[in-house]
Amino acid sequence: MVTKVEKWKDEVYGNEIREHLMRFAEEGWDSIPEDEHDEWFERFKWWGLYHQRSGQESYFMMRIGTPNGVIEPGQLRVIGEVAKEYATGPAANPEFGEAVCDWTTRQSVQLHWIKLEDIPEIFEKLESHGLSTQQACGDSWRNIVGCPVAGKDKHEHVDAWPVAKDLHETFKGDDDHVNLPRKWKVAVAGCDQGCGQGDINDLSLEPAVKEIDGEEVEGFNVRVGGGLARKEPRFARDIDVFVRPENAADVAGACSALFRDNGDREDRFNARIKFLMDEWGPEKFRQVLQDDYVDFELETAGEDLREAYSYNAGDGNGHGDHVGVHEQPDGNYYVGLNVLVGRMGADDTLELADLADEYGSGEVRLTQRQNIIVTDVPEENLDAFLDEPLLEDYSPDPNPFMRGSIACTGTEYCSLSIVETKNRQVRYARWLKENVDLPDDVEDFHIHLSGCTASCAQPQIADISLRGMKTRKDGEPVEALDIGLGGGLGENPRFVDWVEMRVPADEVPGAIGNLVANYEAEREDGESFREFVEARDEETLADLIEPEETDYEDPYMHNTKMTWYPYVEDDSMEDSPAPTDGAGQPLPSDD
Amino acid sequence: MTTSIHQLDDGAWISVNESREVNVSDLWLLARHDFCDCELADFLAEGFVEVGVEPPVIDARIAGRCIVCGTEGVTDWLTVGRVVDPADGEFYPVDFTSVHVPRQRTRLARPE
Ligand code: HEM
Ligand code: SF4
Ligand SMILES: [Zn+2]
Repeated sequence: MVTKVEKWKDEVYGNEIREHLMRFAEEGWDSIPEDEHDEWFERFKWWGLYHQRSGQESYFMMRIGTPNGVIEPGQLRVIGEVAKEYATGPAANPEFGEAVCDWTTRQSVQLHWIKLEDIPEIFEKLESHGLSTQQACGDSWRNIVGCPVAGKDKHEHVDAWPVAKDLHETFKGDDDHVNLPRKWKVAVAGCDQGCGQGDINDLSLEPAVKEIDGEEVEGFNVRVGGGLARKEPRFARDIDVFVRPENAADVAGACSALFRDNGDREDRFNARIKFLMDEWGPEKFRQVLQDDYVDFELETAGEDLREAYSYNAGDGNGHGDHVGVHEQPDGNYYVGLNVLVGRMGADDTLELADLADEYGSGEVRLTQRQNIIVTDVPEENLDAFLDEPLLEDYSPDPNPFMRGSIACTGTEYCSLSIVETKNRQVRYARWLKENVDLPDDVEDFHIHLSGCTASCAQPQIADISLRGMKTRKDGEPVEALDIGLGGGLGENPRFVDWVEMRVPADEVPGAIGNLVANYEAEREDGESFREFVEARDEETLADLIEPEETDYEDPYMHNTKMTWYPYVEDDSMEDSPAPTDGAGQPLPSDD
Repeated sequence: MTTSIHQLDDGAWISVNESREVNVSDLWLLARHDFCDCELADFLAEGFVEVGVEPPVIDARIAGRCIVCGTEGVTDWLTVGRVVDPADGEFYPVDFTSVHVPRQRTRLARPE
């Protein structure tokens, strides 16, 4: 028997959701029939709208899918203006203020506190500037990720941006692919450094060369079935297929059609393609793809470039991210700015839009490390740009702990969360910067914090991975984190080893400080943290962690999920103003 | 009206009559259970795996971890609340901080 969600999707799904959404928006929150709330909120995701967690009813998270993280000239200003005008809620965040933009780990944009009633205006504004929320969430082709400097990078093998763009245009709104059993995450990359992070996506096209009829052809090898969610992380598996850039859409579409027809629609927990891959294995997958989904002979895999992959690879000083000043092939520069935990206030966003116009082409790009890159800066503009005061907060040369921090949404808005994340990670990074020194030769050190096992912050592929948990301290429940060590991508990707569980959140900075000191004391010359971890068993590693209280203070130790919003004075569920009408005024409660 | 119940968003919460009633992230005390070896398991609810209704009782099997011993897995059926009067559909949640005893069987709601 198919699931209830599948039944709802059979009734209304895909593009047609929009007309209902618009009708509800015109008529107001109360017009959604009370006994249809769940089904409509499930469908709205397809148009990029995610109902916020309990205590925040009638407010939505809105995701804008920016393929490959490319934000074209003019678009950043539009995003900042939408955030400033519409992304304000009943309370402000103490670290970031009200109205913020989140740059996500899949190169998208997230806004919060969006009111249903404002959606028509927001869509009109976004769409008139070439931006869209279509399929940003829900069971279909999600935002396509890739090397964020595609087309502007000296390490490029093929320029994958036109391919990613073509896939984006082909599969957004394509009725054959709009209703899949679950989300479908695609990465397309053409550089030799692995910046696409294809290994953790459902479908990955990664650069390869193949000799065909005596001719060297540049294209992509195909991997399928990666993903981090739940406690079932998988790396995508090599299905032994090479595609030419001009065939990419055919083969990618064939893979998603195969998923559409064969993914598990009876159990959402088993629906992602990684589970079908577990069941079938790559040989059978290839066979079915060849027999039933393409009408030409698939090429076997070409020679890949994985040996050179250094992006987020855990080697301590490779190409860990895109922060800093880098020359483009055309002689201009791109400047990668560090955005701590990926969150930028709307005013800062607008200011950055002005700077990108003034010093560059106006284009910016988002990375999978929640950072933002200003591209196309001519050499003669560099010094003046780097002197801009805004770059003190969003530095191209940050402290390694500020630079390596990633955090997901957490209890602030997300219903699956166990703990508070972004504000906590900001405080961690600042404390570590003041109190902990890495060995001199270690430039990159990645700490990823996810509020639950869905793993939106990609915790399994960090040097230090933190994942939301609970424990008791003096008998009282407190927020805690599991600590994992030694993950990273690269030629041979590796998930972290989970070595120390349920560390009270206020003892985590002390634990990291002690661990780093032990690493410095015991490492071989030049040994990266990942190598250090790989060389030791879990028990030995656990002994190196030593959680302890320090002068770090954590204001979020209580059960922040039980609040309607974690940072306000009157935070209990009963104090929540939600649901509210289009003007933010509380509506009479249903109960 | 019949009581409508489901878990959504990867098991983040249980909806009873279109209202989000039971959330993940709470600690439940479990007695007379075979989830782990602890006499009293201190169980962190991380996701609702299945929901069932046996009027007036609403049940769920919950994925999570005992924070005393570290065992991970899915519980047997736990009562999460009651809908006493199907006519008004009002949900009365159990107090998750009191002690709960998992059971082996319940009637399944439609799978999610
Ligand atoms: C308002 C609630 C939520 C927020 C704000 C949120 C936020 C995010 C963000 C920022 C990302 C990465 C960015 C992207 O895809 O563009 C992400 C990815 C993800 N989200 Fe959520 N999320 C929410 C709820 C959920 C829920 C309910 C689920 C489970 C159904 C979930 C599961 C995931 C997973 C599995 C990933 C990707 C991890 C991977 O790479 O496999 N999220 N989410
Ligand atoms: S990792 Fe969990 S807590 Fe964090 S945003 Fe994703 S679903 Fe929410
Ligand atoms: Zn136990």
